[in-house]
Amino acid sequence: MLGFIARKLLYLMPVLLAVSLLTFLIASLLPGDLAYVILGDQATPEKVEALRHDMGLDQPMWWRYLGWLGHVLQGDFGRSFRTGQTVLQAVTERLPVSIELMALAEIIGLAIGVPLAVACAVRSGSAFDRFMTGRAFGMLSVPTFLSAILLIYLFAVELRWLPATGYVPFQEDPVGNLRFFVLPAVTLALAEWPGIMRVLRSDMIATLQEDYIAMAKAKGLKPSRILFVHALKPSSLTLVTITGINIGRLIGGAVIVETIFALPGIGRLLVGAIYTRDLIILQGVVLLVAAGFVIMNFIVDMLYAVLDPRIRYGHA
Amino acid sequence: MATLELSIDEDVAVSPVKRTRRLGPLFWAAIAWIILIFAAAGLVGVLPLPSPTDMDMLERRAPASALHWLGTDGLGRDELARLIYGARISLIVGLCAPVIGVTIGGALGMLAGYFRGRFETLVVGSMDVLLAFPPLILVLAIVAYLGQSIFNLTCIIGVLSIPAFMRVARAATLTLARREFVIAAQALGATHARILLRELLPNVFLSLVAFFLLGVAVTIVVEGALSFLGLGVPPPVSSWGNMIGEGRESLDVAPRLAFIPAVTMFLTVLSFNLVGDTLRALTDPRQGAL
Amino acid sequence: MSEPALLSVEDVSVDLPTPRGNLRAVDQVDLKIGAGRTLGIVGESGCGKTMLSRAILQLLPKKARLSGGVMFDGQDLVTLDPERLRKLRGRSLAVVFQDPMTSLNPVLTIGTQLIETLQEHLELDSVAAKRRSAELLAAVGIPAPEQRLMQYPHQLSGGMRQRVAIAIALSCEPKLLIADEPTTALDVTIQAQILDLLAREQRRRHMAMILITHDLGVVAGRTDDVAVMYAGRVVERAPTPVLFKKMHMPYTEALLAAIPKIDAAPHTPLPAISGRPPDPTRPIQGCSFSPRCRYAAGRCYREKPLLAASESLDHQYACFHPIQVTAGVCA
Repeated sequence: MLGFIARKLLYLMPVLLAVSLLTFLIASLLPGDLAYVILGDQATPEKVEALRHDMGLDQPMWWRYLGWLGHVLQGDFGRSFRTGQTVLQAVTERLPVSIELMALAEIIGLAIGVPLAVACAVRSGSAFDRFMTGRAFGMLSVPTFLSAILLIYLFAVELRWLPATGYVPFQEDPVGNLRFFVLPAVTLALAEWPGIMRVLRSDMIATLQEDYIAMAKAKGLKPSRILFVHALKPSSLTLVTITGINIGRLIGGAVIVETIFALPGIGRLLVGAIYTRDLIILQGVVLLVAAGFVIMNFIVDMLYAVLDPRIRYGHA
Repeated sequence: MATLELSIDEDVAVSPVKRTRRLGPLFWAAIAWIILIFAAAGLVGVLPLPSPTDMDMLERRAPASALHWLGTDGLGRDELARLIYGARISLIVGLCAPVIGVTIGGALGMLAGYFRGRFETLVVGSMDVLLAFPPLILVLAIVAYLGQSIFNLTCIIGVLSIPAFMRVARAATLTLARREFVIAAQALGATHARILLRELLPNVFLSLVAFFLLGVAVTIVVEGALSFLGLGVPPPVSSWGNMIGEGRESLDVAPRLAFIPAVTMFLTVLSFNLVGDTLRALTDPRQGAL
Repeated sequence: MSEPALLSVEDVSVDLPTPRGNLRAVDQVDLKIGAGRTLGIVGESGCGKTMLSRAILQLLPKKARLSGGVMFDGQDLVTLDPERLRKLRGRSLAVVFQDPMTSLNPVLTIGTQLIETLQEHLELDSVAAKRRSAELLAAVGIPAPEQRLMQYPHQLSGGMRQRVAIAIALSCEPKLLIADEPTTALDVTIQAQILDLLAREQRRRHMAMILITHDLGVVAGRTDDVAVMYAGRVVERAPTPVLFKKMHMPYTEALLAAIPKIDAAPHTPLPAISGRPPDPTRPIQGCSFSPRCRYAAGRCYREKPLLAASESLDHQYACFHPIQVTAGVCA
């Protein structure tokens, strides 16, 4: 088991390194000069030259990369020249919001997707099954921002049950906090549940045809036990894979949702940085989000091994 | 399992069961819609439409009338014209970006699956690095640095779709490269290029087409999302995303301004998804979702 | 048989719709087995023996149509309501499948799969169930049973897995055990051990057992009665020693001849039965075995012979030209 973790960790390092390199390269795509952007209309050739020297922008690229990487590894991701906040400060402030959003969305998505998948797998081929599968397919074609608009129109504009934008921290007002999260989390969940449901359903249909399910029936076990212990557990591996794959889409969706619903999360920080051309923040946030994504995938891989003992112990 | 049961299953698998159910009315409706959108976008110069950029400040958010068949938007521009011009943009980006993906990704995938070895490891490894980024974040980052334009957008989305096409092409090539007809061609002294182009490509083609259509759907959505946020197609060019984003301001007074482009976009994305998924199910029954 | 049979299969047929037409997997089969007795069902692959066992257990695939009755312990399993059927299964009626790698759940421990059966039917608490599980594993000859309880199926060898499956089947003291080709997926060296284990447990518990196999040699000395199946029908039935001494069916004779004999001269060719079993979707007119039978004559091709008794009531066969040979094989 330890060997397994060690091997995976070893693979992680070069990927993180490549991610940092790519992020740095993207930043250097800027057609103009960072110094110009920072100075804005106060730019004069002398000032630009001075700032460039200050920021080390006149050094060769590989030197700048190493310098930046060195800072990053010490926890210094740079400081916004608009707000004066360090990247790390800005991110840690907003991280809880994004995590709350994504966690809620995934939970709601699972709460919708898993029961539907099980119900459809058991009734596979029936009218119910075909109807639900069709709905799931249709839902996949609805972009996140479209669901957002629809939900806002229905619940905030017409019915006025829920607020369209706004946020209050959980510690201050739990109920209010959740009220603000309902629409955004549901919006994201609507994009999540079809993927979950489709994959789990087809996996369960395959599992239900296995010999060990026939054996479980022959043992006279309760149908609920057969379904939820014997059938769902082997299929849960697929669920973990899907959740892992979804994280990338979830992060992207969170960006859109946070922006639309004005939630002060990392996604909104990112988009805000683009609007205000706050490129230091942009670079730092991209790196952190990408690195976080890589690490989350790593954790998902670990979860894999926990769920499927065959991977843990190797095949007999 | 009983041997008898196994032989029954084999029988069922061997005799080709015609899934005519799949090419049902929904499939043809999707094709019809796609043709309609293409026709409208293509014939936009010929159709009797007002200009999409002409602003009529007196007629803002006007309902449907004889002059403006779908009404006007927040700046008095003709909604229908903007919708159809928006279709053009969405389709241009929607088609060109996956083309980049399928040509480069498809080629890389086929070469990787055919030649194997270190080349394959290199290709797969670099794709993995690209995939290590959450896609939308990467698009946003590059748009931020390179600037907003239709060209940039198309290129970025196209490049991001390369890994997916690479995987499809490589998987298809891996299963095919070991079949007899490839070995036979090699025995006859055919060059690699000939084998790749004449033997493998036609077989990989259909899977790629299916994924291409799915890629069109995804591209329209991504472009729409970016434009919605104001980070995609730069105004005053109209794209569906732009229109929905602008329509958001008027949700309380004129919800149709957001919903007309929204429904159009949804139907278009759904149609491409349907056709693409049906084709994918036909080429690889195991992965068919419907 | 004077006492009522424990299990009575009455005119059971199983039909499966396939794209190529209706497939008659089991054709009007009648069988009886008394408490504590063993019955061997022998036949080639595809003769319907496994479908028959599924029919008895009411575990047929969704599309299958069953006709006839299955009387077990006085109740008709076909019409029994699902909840009462569920309580019977695992408790009074147990089964061992052919391949223990696929019949045991790969993501659950051996212990879980044993304990859940005990808890379901005998309502033992977890401590008692765990203890009983270890006892069962020891009884089937698995060393270090307590450790095994925590292990997963793929950590055990094929023979051990099948022992586990047998332990699960025996755990609630069933009245009838159906063993469907229990040794086919195992090494030859292990096969005898498993069969002996089954025979031993059967005798000790006075349990009825149906042993399904394609190998006539397996049932010799291990079963009380034998039924030979071909193309979905029972073509000969007799007490085992009787069958081996004087079989009447040409098919049975051919099956017996195909068993390698240790005292035969080296390089003696094994007489294989020429031809293949009939396609079940295209039933043959007349006797199903006639295309391959070396005694077949006119009537065999036109009429289907029915199962009928010969001189003794318990020896039945379905043939127009039965052989009266006494085979030189020790039963």
